[in-house]
Formats: sequence, C-alpha cells, structure tokens
Amino acid sequence: MRIHIRKLALLAMAGTLYLTAGGSAVRADNTDPTAAPPAIEATPAPAPAAAPAPTDAAAPAATLPPAAADAAAPAATPPPAPPDSVGYPPGANAGTVTDLAWPIPADASSVNPDGKNKVTTDELIQNVAHNKISINLVWTLITGFLVMFMQAGFALVETGLTRAKNAAHVMATNFMIYGLGMLGFWICGFAFMFGNYANGPVPIGWQPSLGQGLMLLNQGWTVTIAGHPFGLLGLKGFFLNPSVFDTAVFCLFLFQMVFMDTTATIPTGGMAERWNFKHFVVYGFWIGMLPYAIYGNWVWGGGWLAQLGQNFALGHGAVDFAGSGVVHLCGGVICLAGAWAIGPRLGKYDKNGKPRAMPGHDVPMVMLGTFILAFGWFGFNPGSTLAGTDGRIAIVAVNTMLAGAAASVGTLITMYRVNGKPDPTMLCNGLLAGLVAITAPCAFVNPLGAVIIGFIAGVIVVFSVFFWEKRGIDDCVGAISVHGVNGLWGVLSVGIFANGSYGAGWGGVHKLFKDGAWTIINNDAAPATLKQFAELTGTGPTGGWTDVGVTGILGQLFGAPAGDATQLVAQVINALVCIVFVFAFSMLFFKISNIFVPIRSKREDEIEGLDVPEMGVEAYPDFPTTDKTSPAVN
Amino acid sequence: MKKIEATIKPFKLEEVKNALIELGIEGMTVTEVKGFGRQKGQTEIYRGSEYTVDFLPKVKIEVVVADGLLDVAVEAVVKAAKTGKIGDGKVFVSAVEATIRIRTGETGEQAV
Repeated sequence: MRIHIRKLALLAMAGTLYLTAGGSAVRADNTDPTAAPPAIEATPAPAPAAAPAPTDAAAPAATLPPAAADAAAPAATPPPAPPDSVGYPPGANAGTVTDLAWPIPADASSVNPDGKNKVTTDELIQNVAHNKISINLVWTLITGFLVMFMQAGFALVETGLTRAKNAAHVMATNFMIYGLGMLGFWICGFAFMFGNYANGPVPIGWQPSLGQGLMLLNQGWTVTIAGHPFGLLGLKGFFLNPSVFDTAVFCLFLFQMVFMDTTATIPTGGMAERWNFKHFVVYGFWIGMLPYAIYGNWVWGGGWLAQLGQNFALGHGAVDFAGSGVVHLCGGVICLAGAWAIGPRLGKYDKNGKPRAMPGHDVPMVMLGTFILAFGWFGFNPGSTLAGTDGRIAIVAVNTMLAGAAASVGTLITMYRVNGKPDPTMLCNGLLAGLVAITAPCAFVNPLGAVIIGFIAGVIVVFSVFFWEKRGIDDCVGAISVHGVNGLWGVLSVGIFANGSYGAGWGGVHKLFKDGAWTIINNDAAPATLKQFAELTGTGPTGGWTDVGVTGILGQLFGAPAGDATQLVAQVINALVCIVFVFAFSMLFFKISNIFVPIRSKREDEIEGLDVPEMGVEAYPDFPTTDKTSPAVN
Repeated sequence: MKKIEATIKPFKLEEVKNALIELGIEGMTVTEVKGFGRQKGQTEIYRGSEYTVDFLPKVKIEVVVADGLLDVAVEAVVKAAKTGKIGDGKVFVSAVEATIRIRTGETGEQAV
C-alpha cells in the first residue's frame, strides 16, 4: 500500500495538471500521466515603463524574447506595459525575467543570440510551483500563529470564570500548558500522529500543499485485518529528528502543535481551582505525547478512521475538517474524565447534593477572552486547508463566522426563556459552542447549514451546562459542554448537513454521481483506476459523472445531488471511538498518576486560595479580595 | 465627644459628606463594607445554580463630633442619607474617651 501511494505521487509529479488539495479539479483532457510535460509557450513579459528600450543590448532588465527561432509558436506582439507610472507607486508591478532567474542562476547557455536572458520552461515551472508552495506555507504559518494566540483567549476566559484567590494558579496552568504540551508533542506526539501522513488515503492527483517534504512522513504501524489496512500509529519524526528535516514538515508541526495545545488547555478550565499544580505538570506532558496524538492519527494522520471510506464504503471515511472531534470532543472528554476523577470544588454541592453557584471574578475578562478565541478561530478553521491557494478559505471563514454569531443568538434566546436573564458568561459559552460545532463541517456546508448548526449549538450548550452541574460534575467554565458536547454535535453535523460542494476524493474515496446513481472509485494509485476515473468524469461515452464532495444525509436539502447516509455512519463511529477510547485512556491516566502525584490540591490550600500555597504569589496583591462568592465548605 | 457611625447606601456618600461639611465638621473616615438588615439579598441563578446575594455593598462613615454638635449632625446625616426605600442604613452613636491629633499632640475637643 505504501509503495503504491508513493508511486502515484511520483507519477502525479511527472507532469499532470496540478490538482488542489481539495481534489476538486477533474482532468477533462484525459492526459496520460506518463507523457512529457506540455510545452509552455514563454510569452513575452511586459517591460517596465522605466526600462530602456528593448533593443538596447546592454539592458539588465531584459524581457522575455518574442518567439526565438527554435520555439514552435509564431512571434507575438508584446502586451502593453503595466501602468507602473500611472498612479501606482514604483515597484508595484515589479517582476521581470531577472527575478525568475533565481534559484537557477542564468548561465551563458541561457542567453539569446541578441544577448538577452531567456527563461527556460523548467525555470518557469519551478518558479510558479515555488510561489504556490510559498503561499501555502505562509498561509499555514500565519493561521497557526493566530491559533497560538487562542491560548491567551482560553487563559482569560478560564481565569475570569474562577475566583480571584485562584487567579494566578488558573493563569499558570493555561500558561504552562503551552510549553509542556509543545514539548510532549515534539518528543513523540507529532511522530505518533503524523509520522505516517504520506501513506494516508488521498484523492486522485493529490499533492501535499506545503511541499513534497511532507512525503518524508512515511513510517507507521498498520495492521491488516481481512485484507483491509488499519493505520494505528505514526512512527517517524520523534524529536523532529533529521530524518524529517524539511520546511514542509516543520510548518505542519507548528500548525498541528497549536491545535494540540487547544485540546490540552480545555481540561485546565473544567478542573480549575483544585488541581495540584505538580500533577498538572505531569498531565501537560502526557497530553502532548499520547491521547490526542493517538486518536488524531486515526482521523488526520491517515489512520483507520480515515480509512473507513476505502475499507467499508462509509462515505469518505471519518471527516473532520478542523477538529470538532480531534480537538474539541477529545479535549472535552478528557475534561469530563478529569473533572470526575478530581471531584467537585469544596462547597460546590451542599449536603443534599444540590449545586451552589460559585461566580467567576471578572466578567469583562471572560468576554475579552471569548473575542480573542473567536479571532483565533479565523486561523483555526480556514487554516486547516493548509493552503492559501485553496479559495475555499473564504467560505470556511464565513461559515465559521456565521455559526458563532448564530450560536450566541441561540444562547441569548434560550437564556431568556429558561433563565429569565441572559447571563453574559453563558452568552460567551454560546458563541464558543457555535465555533466548536462548525469546526468539523465548516468547509462542507453552505451558509444556511452553518447558521443552523451554530444556532442549535447555542441552545444545546445551555442545557448541557445545567445537565452536568446537576450530575455532580463540577465544570467551572462549561468546558465539557462547549467543547465535548458541541464537538460531538460538530462531528455529527458533517454527516447531516454537508452538501457535497467540497472534498471530492476525501479519504481516497471518489463518490461519482449521475442520474440518481452513485459509483464509488477508491484511489488505489493503480493506472487502471486513474483511467477509469478520467473516463467516468470526462465527456466520453461513459462520462458525465460528477465527483461529489463530502455529503451528509440531508445534503440534498442544501444543494447536493443526493444525500449520503453512509457519511453519517462514519461520523457516528468516529464520535463513539473518540468518546470510548479517550475517556478510558484518560480515566486510566488520572487514576494511576494520582497514586504517584496527588491530583487534588490540599484541602486547606483550596480553602485559602491556591495562589500563595502553590504558586507563591497572589494574583492581585494590591486589591483586597473578599472571597465573598465562596460558599460554605461542608 | 461622641462618635457617629453611619452605614449608608454608597451613592449617598457625597450628599452626606456635604451635609456634614456645611455644619463645620472638618473630617471623617469612610470604609467600604457589606451588610444587610431587614433588606434581604436577592436570589439569582448563575449557570444553572441558585445563589443568594445576602450582603450588599454599603459605605460606613465614622465621624467624631463635639457633644454640642451631636444632635444637629445626626439629623443632617439622616436627612441626607434617606431615600425612603428599604436598605437606607443605620446610625449608631457612641461615647469617645479620648482624641489626640497626631501632628500636634492636641487632645480633647480641640483635637476633634
């Protein structure tokens, strides 16, 4: 399996038209992939207005020649010069053949008889391709930086929702998770999750958007059951060692690491105000190294949940665009296990088990943090294309925006009906719930779908918060409800609302539709498969099939040619696996680690406030803190 | 010398201060406190759980006056602090044994 995909990648490189990461383009011209690359006519580049006349043999800013004697095309008149001198600043239209001479320096053989540089076809291809990769790298890095900033958002939300006497402690857990989780991910998390990325199921003609260096991630542990491959773990890239030293891999590492840190920082909210900091440190390493990476490999690393499409004809396999499942459901489930294992805060439940309110100490801080998270989400979702050249990013961004807004309104209405007053902290939870829920489906739904998903998330989160509170799970910030429950809703939403407008070939499964019937072509890198695909999607006698993207069971209502129930099945399996595996693994970790390092802070420290006993400083030494919101401790 | 301790609604502080200054009283001490009397707190619901805010923010003014000014000062405080609504507060009067001005060492009514 591994070798076939490698071969496909090489074939595709040999000269087919470039298909975008979304696999959306269909090659209508039926080009044989082993043929020589098509000749590209070097059209004359426009000369800058300030350059000396092209007939000057000594001019350094040379133009591309009109057809040289050995080219096949007839001579063409040069296009008009760009309006560099008409209202545009100098350099606004910069770019001549001199710039294209990099990285292959022009040598004597590349100079025309009239002394001008000429650009070879190979140089042109290389420059264009390099620009494409560069755009994708820059995009992925910048969006990754935005997601890193979400750490600040989480810190503010969680600290604002907890008491002042614990503010330094809660802030510190949010602060250190960045470093601890990152080191864990660097040690082995990334290797486990993406070590076998190059061998995952991909659309026909897929190329790694960040550069061929991603194909270095090609080692892992796969078991074969009944002829089907089940990818379980990646095994390359530990400590980002020299075997994976490549710009593309490093870019992927950064981007995936900040996603891991988002998962890692979810439990710091639910388990706040009674978590022994030393145990938290152990947790920080564990989460960066293991649970997220293992489950993540199965969905994003090309593992067995992604392979459900090719193995069992379940839609396109488990589909999770930016991580409702991988990041948020996973984090929410770890938080649930942790909150259960650590127990409620002292005084949270009275003798009869009735919950008492423990209000946070800074509502404006919560709302500022929520906006920072919403801003960072513009990196989280659109960035997950890993390609600035994938125009779908605009649609992803708008869907993200709409879902968050709809959710906040959904919460507003629900709070008025159920609570009488619209608690601002719940409104914040609502916005975030919508963003969490749209994270998986954001690339695959239309705006109406996004609004519906968001609105429902805003309603769900309110009832979920009340639900867990009543059941004895003390979740200080609503993390289980925002991330866990709505992460689940997001994963399922893909299987309900996706409308087939994106994601053709996702999971290595091409679902072709024509006249009410589906045909499935699995990408197994065989030339015969390629040929069949080209024929069916072409205009020939057997052609006319549409390559439909990821589609949910109600997809037809939102524009798909037909619904796809099998996708929902894949999503349900994905969700169940996440919940069961992550919960069991987390409970095991919390219980066992508790034997060595107590998970819970000392009782008297918790009553006094954790800032001084565990951190050694008060968060607000200049302000008298009254602790007036703390209930009586039983 | 008598000490007047008045626990009043916070927004009434300016009015009470001005009323006392008009009488010639030259100093006072103010602290921010919490309290309740027969004005009980309200029950709110925070994220699904009920909580009762028993203690409400108040301001306590302490001012020491000469015996002769006592009645007129108390009347001024009560008049300025009154809103007629529940929670207006209370005034307590107690006797003061000694007063010393720290800067000059003066004692007694001169130091008030």
